[in-house]
Amino acid sequence: MTTYELMSQLNIEETNTHQIIDKQQLNPQVKMIKVHAPEIADKAKAGQFVILRVDEEGERIPLTLVAWENQTGTITLIFQEVGLSTKKLGCLQARDEIVNVAGPLGRASTIKNYGLAAIVCGGVGTAAAYPIAKALKEAGNTVVSILGARNESLLILKEEMSLVSDELYIATDDGSKGHKGFVSDVLRCLISKNYQFDIVYAIGPPLMMKATSEVTRPFGIKTMASLNPIMVDGMGMCGACRVSIGGATKFACIDGPEFDAHKTDFEELIRRLRIYPQEERLALDFHEKATGGICKCRQ
Amino acid sequence: MQTIMKPPSERNSAQSAAVPMRKIDPQNRAHTFNEVALGYTEEEALREARRCLSCPQPRCVEGCPVGVDIPAFIRLIKDGKYDASIRKVKEKNSLPAVCGRVCPQEQQCQNHCVRGRKGDPVSIGRLERFVADIEREKGIVTPPMTKPTGRRVAIVGAGPAGLTAAADLAKLGHRVIVFEALHLAGGVLVYGIPEFRLPKKIVQTEVDYVKKLGVRFHYDSLIGRLFTIEELLKEGFDAVFIGSGAGLPLFLGIPGENLGGIYSANEFLIRVNMMKSYRFPEFDTPIKIGEHVAVIGGGNVAIDSARSALRLGAKEVCIIYRRSREEIPARAEELQNAEEEGVDCRFLAAPTRFIGDEQGKVTGVELAAMELGEPDASGRRRPVPIKGSEFILNVDTAIVAIGRTPNPIIQSETQGLKTTAKGTIIAEQETGRTSIDGVYTGGDILTGEATVISAMGAGKRAARAMHEYLLSKDQAKTLPLSS
Repeated sequence: MTTYELMSQLNIEETNTHQIIDKQQLNPQVKMIKVHAPEIADKAKAGQFVILRVDEEGERIPLTLVAWENQTGTITLIFQEVGLSTKKLGCLQARDEIVNVAGPLGRASTIKNYGLAAIVCGGVGTAAAYPIAKALKEAGNTVVSILGARNESLLILKEEMSLVSDELYIATDDGSKGHKGFVSDVLRCLISKNYQFDIVYAIGPPLMMKATSEVTRPFGIKTMASLNPIMVDGMGMCGACRVSIGGATKFACIDGPEFDAHKTDFEELIRRLRIYPQEERLALDFHEKATGGICKCRQ
Repeated sequence: MQTIMKPPSERNSAQSAAVPMRKIDPQNRAHTFNEVALGYTEEEALREARRCLSCPQPRCVEGCPVGVDIPAFIRLIKDGKYDASIRKVKEKNSLPAVCGRVCPQEQQCQNHCVRGRKGDPVSIGRLERFVADIEREKGIVTPPMTKPTGRRVAIVGAGPAGLTAAADLAKLGHRVIVFEALHLAGGVLVYGIPEFRLPKKIVQTEVDYVKKLGVRFHYDSLIGRLFTIEELLKEGFDAVFIGSGAGLPLFLGIPGENLGGIYSANEFLIRVNMMKSYRFPEFDTPIKIGEHVAVIGGGNVAIDSARSALRLGAKEVCIIYRRSREEIPARAEELQNAEEEGVDCRFLAAPTRFIGDEQGKVTGVELAAMELGEPDASGRRRPVPIKGSEFILNVDTAIVAIGRTPNPIIQSETQGLKTTAKGTIIAEQETGRTSIDGVYTGGDILTGEATVISAMGAGKRAARAMHEYLLSKDQAKTLPLSS
């Protein structure tokens, strides 16, 4: 029975809370939560995201759907604690509730049997890459994954990615694991070794996606990037997430979040991600000093 | 302490002038989000109500998209029967405190008022607000429930059209669930219209009234993604009303428009109103406001944006409109409010490009002076750029308020739903009946961007048609009544 049938039969006035079922720390900055959201779990597809609001004063922030289970009615989200909202989210524990989770949003990835697929991902972008790698694998592709991070301790989802990949490569900036250097270097190396990729997915920090798209451009390999601009409503209403794709303005929330990487203006994306640094600082300071800490509930 | 503007002295005793409404004076209001218009006192309301001639064939009612029995509710004010008066309004209008504030009455009911031929028409909107506010302060009364019909209706979108359709259908005994994509009900009333024009607690009270009628709300549900219209019909709803609105912002399509510091009016107002950025950092969503703000456009949304920018601390706010003052589509009253508060207007100018710095932030907007040529398809004189007239206005924030288009998701995800090239849904004007059996529509998604009250009128007409449809549906085919 769907929630709305339940609502109408039980006379529930509204639905809007989502309990955290499980929480894990993946590395010092990155956390993973499983959230009760049966309707979203029922509809989610690879490449889609949710918008959530941690509490009644909260921002609406987009997070990629990493995994979903129909049987338990849960969705899995992974986030890096960078600003106030993700820090607030990180303060919540299992059994706490998130006031709003809206989704699934965005267009799903186009999943089909392309042949040989490369998943090039970096940092917390690996979380967004995982469901796409999994879906591509299930669709019959040969999946080659290249995971990157600044150092070994920041790598996430290594085991999960290896389970959905035919080959898995690792690159770290400091060489503490795998290749010393960038994921795009590894991709270039594989291409030079005659890997004939039919599709490449680049998911991670904008500079990494840009570098990856420059590697594939001379070979004309179809390359998709999953963009992560600032969003507010996430449903096409505000245009905060506008990006330039082949010279045309698109909204990442409804036209994307996936776009042809070769047509994407990454420089503009990077500039637009840097609109609010002072405000982000101010919000953190306000909560740490003026209100006595971000994690109010635990004190 | 706020100082109150004294109303101008009464012009004469012939009752040709309306009783003015008191407002917070411009110096005091330009820096707060408190409501500007203060409403009538009882004495003022009685005085204004007595100006109504109680015409036996009232023309004002013809001008009301929801058909409120205007002379009757004003008569009840004259008699001091305020409870009965608001009940009379609510027979037709489920959101009177909202309509009393934001309806363009001068173009609707008041435009037809006989008093308007010689002097001011009766201030119907202010009187509607008066009785709605009295009721709210005393506590909203729920009307007696009708016998349940056992029919279920899904309403898509909790804006003015959806709320009206939901309320009317619930009053008729149907079980109604509203699916709202955002985390709040109200649509444009919560994300678009600012606090100083429509306090959000008033919207909340109106929504609570709809809840008291038995309507349920399912938030965070973007129909088309979470459930399709087809699924709603398959999974137990006997009819669906689509009121998804015109929420997509239009941009100018000129160079530099994606620079930092340039907002669509929708983004700006969503941040300020719905996310309460004006109370940042107490609320988490930031807004960046510079010292010099340009607002592009001449509608009510542009005025709302300009007045909000001023309240957020901008030194100079300039509305840039490509035609002249005579053609501006905003309500005269709102433009006057904005100018009183210190908003500048630059008429006959249109942006040609935005200029930015190395960090990608806007620093200026290049404008071309315009002149008016021959009338265009809309009947207004077409603005034509004057060659070589370009000049640069230095700004650090720009707000693009040039209109909104229909939300596209439902149309693209619903097979068999006929739409126009503009993306609006095709339906019968009188009933809102679409190309799919059992699916009705109304509001901006049917007409393109229009007013709150016209959306409510459409919600009302659709509700009537849906009621007939629901009653005519073969009883045997529907599910048994759940308790």
